[in-house]
Amino acid sequence: MRSEGYLLKIFLVVYLLVFFGYLLGPLIVMSITAFNSPSFPKMTPWECLTFEWFDVLANDTRILNGIKNSLIIGVGTVILSVILGLAGALMLTQIWPKMRATYYTIVIAPILIPGVVLGISTLVFWDRINVMLGFETDSFLNNGIFLTILGQSTFIASYCMLVFIARLQRFDTGLTEAALDLGATNVQAFRKILLPFMKPAIGSAAVLAFLASFENYNTTTFTFGKFPTLTIELAQKVRYGINPSISSLAFIIIVLTVIGALAHEIYIRRQQLALANGAPVKAVANGFKLPRIFQGNPAAIILVLLALGGFSTIWFAQVYSPQECILDVREQKRILQQQKIDEIRQQRLQQQQQKKLQGPDIFGSDKKAPSGSGSAPQSPGKGAFGDIFAPKNLEKTAPDSQQDSKPKNPGKGAFGDIFAPKNLDKTGPQENTTD
Amino acid sequence: MSRGVEVNLDNVWIRFGDFVAVREANVSIKGGEFFSFLGPSGCGKTTILRAVSGFLEPSEGTVKIGGRDMAGIGPNKRPTALIFQNLALFPLMKVWENITFSLEVQGFSKVDRRKRADELLEMIALPDQGDKLPSELSGGQKQRVAIARALCAEPDVLLLDEPLSALDLKLRQHMRTELREIQQRVGITFIYITHDQGEALTMSDNVAVMRAGVIDQIADGQTVYDDPATPFVASFVGENNVFRGTVKSIDGEFAIVDTNRSGELAARIATSAKSNLKVGDAAMMFVRPEACNIAPDDAPGKNRLTAMVKHEEFEGQIYNVFLEGSEGKEIKMSLVNIGQNRQSAEGKDLTLEYAPEHAVVLPAGELASE
Ligand SMILES: Nc1ncnc2c1ncn2[C@@H]1O[C@H](COP(=O)(O)OP(=O)(O)OP(=O)(O)O)[C@@H](O)[C@H]1O
Ligand SMILES: [Mg+2]
Repeated sequence: MRSEGYLLKIFLVVYLLVFFGYLLGPLIVMSITAFNSPSFPKMTPWECLTFEWFDVLANDTRILNGIKNSLIIGVGTVILSVILGLAGALMLTQIWPKMRATYYTIVIAPILIPGVVLGISTLVFWDRINVMLGFETDSFLNNGIFLTILGQSTFIASYCMLVFIARLQRFDTGLTEAALDLGATNVQAFRKILLPFMKPAIGSAAVLAFLASFENYNTTTFTFGKFPTLTIELAQKVRYGINPSISSLAFIIIVLTVIGALAHEIYIRRQQLALANGAPVKAVANGFKLPRIFQGNPAAIILVLLALGGFSTIWFAQVYSPQECILDVREQKRILQQQKIDEIRQQRLQQQQQKKLQGPDIFGSDKKAPSGSGSAPQSPGKGAFGDIFAPKNLEKTAPDSQQDSKPKNPGKGAFGDIFAPKNLDKTGPQENTTD
Repeated sequence: MSRGVEVNLDNVWIRFGDFVAVREANVSIKGGEFFSFLGPSGCGKTTILRAVSGFLEPSEGTVKIGGRDMAGIGPNKRPTALIFQNLALFPLMKVWENITFSLEVQGFSKVDRRKRADELLEMIALPDQGDKLPSELSGGQKQRVAIARALCAEPDVLLLDEPLSALDLKLRQHMRTELREIQQRVGITFIYITHDQGEALTMSDNVAVMRAGVIDQIADGQTVYDDPATPFVASFVGENNVFRGTVKSIDGEFAIVDTNRSGELAARIATSAKSNLKVGDAAMMFVRPEACNIAPDDAPGKNRLTAMVKHEEFEGQIYNVFLEGSEGKEIKMSLVNIGQNRQSAEGKDLTLEYAPEHAVVLPAGELASE
């Protein structure tokens, strides 16, 4: 029995490790690549700590422009979706009870419709309207920002509505009646009673809407016009090969998210703690009391550590220059290559001498040469795929024949070396071209 | 100083679809009166109150406040303030903001509002509690805040929907007197709803007893108790022993009922039945437990009955004696404890007597369910 429980525990731990590895692994790897110097995002081998990719990011006007557009569209979508969602949710409470189910289905439908369809239909619809009204083709109805905000809001408003409906279900309509009874107009009752009650839901809906807008691709890809958002820019970039500045952007987003989540967690914990201790609510709602926070609140400590870490990182980035290291690595690589070249030269020399000794056997016994020389300088740190994906590969493989490309790879796959000897006869001339 | 205004319901019907929640209600409430609606749960009390406060338009008939027809006038335009069954204090506002909400919507300055709130807090004996949230108050305190909030609007009519039902017994009794005091001080018309007859009887000038949408009787508390208009009122208000039978003879104020189980019994004819009760009608006779006494001898009589004592209860100031009655129901008799040691009569036959003028005869009808 005991060993069974023990096994279960081990299984649980392994499961959790795998689970969190699966969840967080890619994020961690991506974050690390943002600080490694090679110009293709990779984690191993670790070459040099560098902040250069943040610089690259800061100077990438397309990315920056994309972020700007995303922010503008995000804010616009938040405003439009929250208003539409709130109106839709309120409508649901007012509508004739028998119509409710039908109404609900209709307003929820946009969530189920593929974003692509929403994008196309938005584009077509407003184009038609534009034509109908007889505006120029570059009128605001065809403006990318306008279209994207409308297109995204069609379904994000439904998300917001779900949030609002959930909150509204907990609303006591008696409160509105009480307000009316005390002489408030309908508008006053809405503003002073219902709206304050909905405030937390409006906050969550706004965050949700912003995130949904920021990450949206399917719908935006049809509507962005002259205003590509960040996701559009990233997608276009990936097509032409990426560098770690994308990782650094990802890192920044991850850090912001974590800080946001922690801050929220702290806020909640602090309220609970204070309420549990019987503090009056007004003391909880405002005023930041430092010492209290740290009592039994790991999230706060983590956040402070994170902030400190952030500041020291920035400071370090100002002071530290990876130039030296990069030069070092370059030098090392050069030396390594030089060594290899020397080796090869020597071997060739030997071969020539042997040839001279053995007579006219041209492709004879240069067996060891290619596997060592052809691949070694290129292979370190190519990651799981070597440099299959590296852009320069494309250029290289095209002119080379199939047989020619093989010898460059030996040692990379599990069977690399086993098959290498077969190719030997063809490698002779290739050495000269690749190195 | 009575500045309350009168409230009249003329032939009011309220329907929800096919369901009739209020049937032909005719009520006239004088200015400055403490008027109660008393009835079991679901009988339409809240519905009537909502029609008065303006959340519901009657399907038929008119509601008049101060002589003015209220048709088409919304709740925020009527001179009424409603204290809700669940109080409906605004949870996100502080106590003082709750109290002065009616001033806030009229655009009074914060200073003025605060001043008025402090006065009202003083009145409801909650000084210095203005900065709390409603959730930080006790049940009785919330209750008083709700009253202050309604009074702050300076209504001509205050409507109270079972405001004490959530409180424990002690507090309820305390709040009864307090409410009555407040009513006498401000002098406005109070319309009070309750299913607790004790509340209705102690506080009200007049009580309307309701049964499933119908108002059975409107009268002051003592009349409702001593001279019920229907068997429902007789059985709903206070405790009553009921004897079914037929009218055997009528002699002026009194009638003799031939009861199914307990022989012939005499009782006063209820005022409402005087004109229409005839010999041979199915009738019900009611005797209150406290009107019964142990007869000095076993001689039979028209105001006596003999039955076996099933069990007895000692309650401090009274003994309750339960005799075997008809239809599985017991006949209850309450004897005042005057300090004599009473011998238990359990299992023995006992003869009880009552004064016929303390019992009433009514045409047979629906009883209140226990
Ligand atoms: N909006 C409505 N739609 C349909 N029926 C309703 C509605 N409001 C009330 N009713 C019905 O009308 C009847 C009277 O309801 P009301 O709320 O007036 O009862 P009440 O006397 O206040 O009871 P309680 O003492 O439990 O509060 C009930 O049977 C109820 O089901
Ligand atoms: Mg009610």
